[in-house]
Amino acid sequence: MKIKEDSSTKWFRLISYVVVILGSLLCLLPFLLIVSASLTSNAEIINEGYKLIPSHFTIDAYKIVFMFPEELLRAYGVTTFVTVVGTGLGLLMMTMAGYVLQRKDFKYRNFFSFVIYFTTLFGGGLVPYYMLITNYLQFSNTMNALIWPSLMTPFLIILMRSFINSAVPDEVIESAKIDGANDFLIYFRVVMPLAVPGLATVGLFLALHYWNDWFNSALFINDATKYQLQFYLYNIINTSNFMNNIGAGAGVVLSGPVPSESMKMAMAVVVTGPILLLYPFIQRYFVKGLTIGAVKG
Amino acid sequence: MSKSITSERIVTKKKGLWHEISKNKILFLMLLPTLLYFLINNYLPMIGIYYAFVQFDFHASNLFQMPFVGLKNFEFLWKSGKLVELTINTISYNIAFIVLVNVTAISVAVMLSEIKGKWFKKITQSVLFLPYFVSFVILSVIVFNLFNYDQGVLNTMLEKLGADPVNLYAMPKAWIPLIIFFYLWKNVGYSMVIYLAAITGISEEYYEAAKIDGANIFQRTWHITVPMLKTTFVILLLFALGAIMKGQFDLFYQMVGNNGLLFSTTDIIDTYVYRSLRVTFDMGMATAAGVYQSVFGFVLILTVNTIIRKINKDYALF
Repeated sequence: MKIKEDSSTKWFRLISYVVVILGSLLCLLPFLLIVSASLTSNAEIINEGYKLIPSHFTIDAYKIVFMFPEELLRAYGVTTFVTVVGTGLGLLMMTMAGYVLQRKDFKYRNFFSFVIYFTTLFGGGLVPYYMLITNYLQFSNTMNALIWPSLMTPFLIILMRSFINSAVPDEVIESAKIDGANDFLIYFRVVMPLAVPGLATVGLFLALHYWNDWFNSALFINDATKYQLQFYLYNIINTSNFMNNIGAGAGVVLSGPVPSESMKMAMAVVVTGPILLLYPFIQRYFVKGLTIGAVKG
Repeated sequence: MSKSITSERIVTKKKGLWHEISKNKILFLMLLPTLLYFLINNYLPMIGIYYAFVQFDFHASNLFQMPFVGLKNFEFLWKSGKLVELTINTISYNIAFIVLVNVTAISVAVMLSEIKGKWFKKITQSVLFLPYFVSFVILSVIVFNLFNYDQGVLNTMLEKLGADPVNLYAMPKAWIPLIIFFYLWKNVGYSMVIYLAAITGISEEYYEAAKIDGANIFQRTWHITVPMLKTTFVILLLFALGAIMKGQFDLFYQMVGNNGLLFSTTDIIDTYVYRSLRVTFDMGMATAAGVYQSVFGFVLILTVNTIIRKINKDYALF
């Protein structure tokens, strides 16, 4: 039965369209600003400032970025390596933990879940953590310092546990056990194939975190050849920002040439490109993760 | 059936942990890497809270060889006068974030759910979620592009209108709305997806019945949707309250950086600790501020949780 819609509903829907379109523009506009600035000549930016549509399009900035691509490619390499290894290791450990923690016949599952969850409530703070990584684990200036700190989070372990719990019925595990499979084989042969959508979601959350990480480079890496991509970009932006905004009064001495304005924007596009290209294909996995998280609490 | 379960429980209880380990050897082995990780990565640094009570010495071979100074580091921190400002900044920003993100996300989710076009809905939802995926470094590029004094979009536009350019990097007050705006820009999509999922889960029958009774869209939203979102809201709220002493370090550091002119309105505990550790090398202050943050935050969580437990046990975090 179709009920005639009253006028307030129609108005509300109209307003909804307007608000949602404006909101979407607000989300997109900043990216368009960066892209258009990267296609503007440096002289035009210096004379007329950044604007949404440049008078003349040019790809000079990209030519400069790719003229000496060694540093950029190396930073890409570091981030790719860290993302692949970190996501692989993290996923392996978190799926095993999630599987064990949802097994009803594992008596201490609530206790161990709380041991993991407690770390979100209380911690030692930044300085003790910094000392742990640099002094005790001796990870400074190694890939370990970039991989280790983000390997696992309680949120993702709990998410993985909920995923396995809802994707794999207890009876399936029970019957595999009766067939004589040991607990690891059940995990590997039975549970993992059923949990592939969950694996994709948790893996993408983790991979996104590694890809966007700049903080661990800032804290633990002094050797510029081991900078992550984001931190490499951060450095390029900030060597000249600082001068622009605060002036020479701060007494900062620059080493090397100051990168041009359009080149910085081109660099930002090159760094973000892969995420924006993959985004349409991966975003539904994130939506799925958030949805499950919301339902299970 | 229940009888056999109880008797089994009694038997395992008697044999205890070691029996459990030998019975579920493989399960324990599979959990072990994760437990070791959290032990080293999260529990071990808790010993390091002791750093706050010693005179830091880069030459000492370990923590316990540094001279004990009692509460001196905390005394310095208190006397620096920063503590109150940092605490107020951290908590006020977080409260603004919590309120505005939830109000905006719920409003947008309700609007999106009313929109009929399937593709339009899908595409706009994706676009609104997009800022969550870019790094905070890109956010700093955006902020620079918009607001830098010589070439920023804002000043270019002001000049075109014949107005004087503004130097936002010397105007601390201007950054309060800016930081809040960019926090929303980056996070509304995330919360909106969660709320939208909750709205999709509400049975269509409620709305049909309300329509037959002549309820308009505002009445339906206020009397059906909003109450149904309460559980989701409370869960998100509790998580946010638990982290109220933890600042959004990435956001603040990428937007403001080490620009001292803006600290009065933009410095939070996390940025202060980071600067003390990496820029000014004031280890005593850094550890003391970090411990203050951890302990005060923990006490806040326990308090909030106890209160929630009294009101409604189901909502309690633990």
